[in-house]
Amino acid sequence: MTMIFGVPLAVFMGQLLLGLINGAFYALLSLGLAVIFGLLKIVNFAHGAQYMLGAFVALLGSRYLGLDYWLALLLVPLVVGGFGMLIERLLLRRIAHLDHLYGLLLTFGLALIFEGALINLFGVSGASYPIPEALQGGVNLGFMFLPIYRGWVLVAALAVCLFTWFMIERTRLGAYLRAGTENPALMQAFGVNVPLLITLTYGFGVALAAFAGVLAAPLYPVSPTMGSSLLIVVFAVVVIGGMGSILGAVLTGLAMGLIEGLTKVYYPEAANTVIFLVMILVLLLRPAGLFGKEA
Amino acid sequence: MTQLAETLETSGYRDHDGAEMLRISDLHAFYGESHILHGVDLDVKRGELVTLLGRNGAGRSTTLKAIMSLVGRRTGSIVINGTETLALKPHRIPRLGVGYCPEERGIFASLDVEENLLLPPTVRSGGMSLDEIYEMFPNLYERRRSQGTRLSGGEQQMLAMARILRTGARLLLLDEITEGLAPVINQALAEVLLKLKARGMTIVLVEQNFRFAAPLADRHFVMEHGRIIEEISAAELPGRRDHLNRLLGV
Repeated sequence: MTMIFGVPLAVFMGQLLLGLINGAFYALLSLGLAVIFGLLKIVNFAHGAQYMLGAFVALLGSRYLGLDYWLALLLVPLVVGGFGMLIERLLLRRIAHLDHLYGLLLTFGLALIFEGALINLFGVSGASYPIPEALQGGVNLGFMFLPIYRGWVLVAALAVCLFTWFMIERTRLGAYLRAGTENPALMQAFGVNVPLLITLTYGFGVALAAFAGVLAAPLYPVSPTMGSSLLIVVFAVVVIGGMGSILGAVLTGLAMGLIEGLTKVYYPEAANTVIFLVMILVLLLRPAGLFGKEA
Repeated sequence: MTQLAETLETSGYRDHDGAEMLRISDLHAFYGESHILHGVDLDVKRGELVTLLGRNGAGRSTTLKAIMSLVGRRTGSIVINGTETLALKPHRIPRLGVGYCPEERGIFASLDVEENLLLPPTVRSGGMSLDEIYEMFPNLYERRRSQGTRLSGGEQQMLAMARILRTGARLLLLDEITEGLAPVINQALAEVLLKLKARGMTIVLVEQNFRFAAPLADRHFVMEHGRIIEEISAAELPGRRDHLNRLLGV
């Protein structure tokens, strides 16, 4: 059997793939955080809860409305994103002129409310969401067995990241967003409806989280607390990558997933902490983050 | 159809036959608690180039910002091309055909030169095409792929002006465009302003460099303590030069 540093190839590749998939979730979520932070300057602490809402709405939709996975992948981000726009319009906008710390506190409070309400209704144990029929089973790649659904998650997450990057870096709307991030007042003086841009941006960031939630539903138990545990890691990823860089968020997300996966192979005890170690190192050596601009 | 829509839009714009492009009456502006403008009155006719002169802190830049609704609170009246704008949402004001070039130029670092140029949405038909703009500012064409903030100060100033010409704005508010630039660049800017004037643009110029502004302007407004204290036409200027120098403290 082929061995890599004393580990069987299949195990090595398996962990690498697992890491990459986790990394894809980190990438999707930190991307949404970066987009929101860029324009609103708010650290969206509700991001984990919005990811969880994505998974939950998909689960409840399938349970009570017979909503199928593919439709959920399309509709749930729209619904949860729309809900996000309401939050921005009705709550965040009212405190936009205050210190951004208030936005952080507000979104943190919202996260607690969503989580608490769902725990109250459904408990914490979590339910499973079936893998859609078309994506069941797996393929033998020769050196490892690849469950099709995991492969799909990787492809779909990367495609959405690429789409987001393209939208922001290569389109006119994206140019508005980048410019609005730098100088919203001047954009307003050019005739751009900045409040609307902010609402749409927040909605889009939330929709990304919800999309990640739907992707995650068949992989992990769908429970009200699924977001909060993930979000802590995602924040570490964001700190490592540096706020405000789209490509940075995606690459750091994937890289941290891989590092986590590799650590699981060689020193499993540290797998849950390795990202935080990297975070400490980055903070010491490059406080603005790997891709962040030095302030 | 498109042509029809364009014609309608253009004719709608020209139908307002008042000679006034901008009339400001008893304008007060506030940043938080501080009261910056104390009743500004001025009017600018269509096709005119006027300057706002005054010492630092006299309220010249704030007057431009107040027109764009970039200050905290405003009272009084600002009529642009026949429309009272005080109650309008800030993003509606440029759509009346107003282009604003801020003192700090506001070039976006995350956009390249051409993206900067294409950024402001079109507010009126009849703006300059990209080709015309590159013809007027050949440097910008050569550097169109550079990051906006990598340009020299003069080029950034050209870019800040060029991008509002593309939008079809007919009233240009230009804040301290010569600040910190070499005389040769200022000469080029003066030529640009003359060309714009020849195209029928209405221009309000906030200027510290009086020698730059004097030969270009039809009228000068002198500000002090947030008010207009003096209006001097180009014809009156030679006889009142000393008086003006005293007002400006030069």
